[in-house]
Amino acid sequence: MTAKAEFIEEKNTSPRNLYEAFQRFMVYVILILGAIIVLFPFIWTLSTSLKYPEDIYQVPPQMIPEDVRWENYSDVLTKQPFGRWMLNSVMVVTISTFGMLASSSIVAFAFARLRFPGRDILFLIVLATMMLPSQVTLIPTFIMFRWLGWINTYLPITVPAFFARQAFFIFLLRQFFMTIPLDLDDAAHIDGANNFQVFWHIILPMSRPALGVAALMFAQAKWREFLPPLIYLQKRELLTAAVGLRQFLDPTYGTDWNLMMAANILFMIPIIITFYFTQRFLIQGIVITGVKG
Amino acid sequence: MDVANVSETTPSEKNKRSSLDHRQKESIVAYVMLSPWIIGFLVFIAVPMFASLYLSFTSWDLFTPPRFIGFENYSELILDDRLFVKSIQVTLIYSVFSVPLQIAFGLGLAQLLNQKINALGMFRSIYYLPSVLSGVSIAIMFRWIFGTQYGLLNAGLGLLGIEPISWLGDPSIVMVSFIIMSSWGSGANMLIYLGALQNVPTELYEAAEVDGAGSFIKFFRITVPMITPVIFFTMINGIIAALQEFQTPFILTEGGPNNASLFMVLYLYRNAFQWFQMGYASAIAWLLFIFVLILSLLIVKSSSAWVHYEGSLRGR
Repeated sequence: MTAKAEFIEEKNTSPRNLYEAFQRFMVYVILILGAIIVLFPFIWTLSTSLKYPEDIYQVPPQMIPEDVRWENYSDVLTKQPFGRWMLNSVMVVTISTFGMLASSSIVAFAFARLRFPGRDILFLIVLATMMLPSQVTLIPTFIMFRWLGWINTYLPITVPAFFARQAFFIFLLRQFFMTIPLDLDDAAHIDGANNFQVFWHIILPMSRPALGVAALMFAQAKWREFLPPLIYLQKRELLTAAVGLRQFLDPTYGTDWNLMMAANILFMIPIIITFYFTQRFLIQGIVITGVKG
Repeated sequence: MDVANVSETTPSEKNKRSSLDHRQKESIVAYVMLSPWIIGFLVFIAVPMFASLYLSFTSWDLFTPPRFIGFENYSELILDDRLFVKSIQVTLIYSVFSVPLQIAFGLGLAQLLNQKINALGMFRSIYYLPSVLSGVSIAIMFRWIFGTQYGLLNAGLGLLGIEPISWLGDPSIVMVSFIIMSSWGSGANMLIYLGALQNVPTELYEAAEVDGAGSFIKFFRITVPMITPVIFFTMINGIIAALQEFQTPFILTEGGPNNASLFMVLYLYRNAFQWFQMGYASAIAWLLFIFVLILSLLIVKSSSAWVHYEGSLRGR
């Protein structure tokens, strides 16, 4: 102990030094304990997803399955059209992310770079709509889409993105565009560029990180989106993965938890992979805007 | 006002020449660029908002034309509908406990991580993980973990000699389970606080140390006051999200047992999409909206008493 305290600071082993070393030690203990608490459910999910049905209900539970049943994962794809649901989700996410980027970026450009009457009031409305609970518009929107015959199509869950329905992304991109020096626009205007060219050739290329953060946040949220696909998609083969997952829960005959969890793991993998490779990026974006996704 | 100021302070070459023409052109371009949002706002927000306000005064089952009934939906909801009152209680209990706990855990974690920590990035990612996955998959995970007979939580508690608890089956416990689950996902707040903590000027801590302040005093007298704007922000966001909780109860308990976890939006969903009472459900949506407004306003009103705006943080 003495040697260690001396190592940390070249003073003598005053009680203060020992106390500080102890404090640091406790910080790690708490952090590691917390990390275990957070990770445990995931490990348990993974473990369940690899078990034989008869091993699931063992008491005490096996943390590491004795016999691994990889077929759970193929069963997920054959007993329910889960592969199809994942593809549906990929398609919906890709199309609507593109729509969000296209619409939000040009709207954000107008708010950040152009002068026009009513700008401040309109931007205030943008901010206000971020606070509006979506339930307030849910029912008439549902009725409108139903009247258009859009039930059991992907239009209700993709088209709104093309009209910047989620104001948060206008806000995020606008905040970023504001940080780009206006001199660049002026220089381009003197060279005869119009505003669309400034947007396309100057602002967009300089905003790749912000566009990336917006796309990631949006795509992850879209992947998890639940209520809209739940009410608009009723045909089994059309479901997205997020609502399809629920099909593995069976309150009447009992859920096959090994399959349920295998499906859950498959559902999580795209999010975890993108999170792993882009976390620095994402975390910066979240800290800058101070908003969670 | 603002617009005029901007053009005065940065008189560009062109503005001098033909200011009106150029300005008009810029406005037209701006509105063209805004048009996706303007259309979206009208079609997906403004018109549906008024439509749902109107519907909330009608009785409508989708199949026969809506019938105007005045305030009947509202009076029935507030005076006669026990389930609705129950759903308000459930939602309020959840919000009042889960939001402060998420803030406390998030702040605690951020404070622990805001030191010279090895593997900081790893801890940060682990704690943030639940937030990226939030929603259905986590609710499914916890439905399994909260199981009475074979759930992991009871197995763990069994090691400590605690009898199995019916986490999702006992009306008096089920809300506790929801609050535990939401606290488990406090990492989203942690990330925001971590950013805020790094903005607290170190001179303040140094000055306090000179005066002999310990870490507790430093935390509660310097750290917390300095980041109250961010706490305020996460509190508003947290309340708005908590009041709209839907998928977690939908998956975890389906509102049960005996409607003990019937959240407001879950009740709205049942009315609208299972019983097709569109007018009634619209009235629920508006009452929910009013709740969100009242609670947000209360927090905003109270903020002058506890939110501290340092000049350097005012920009947030």
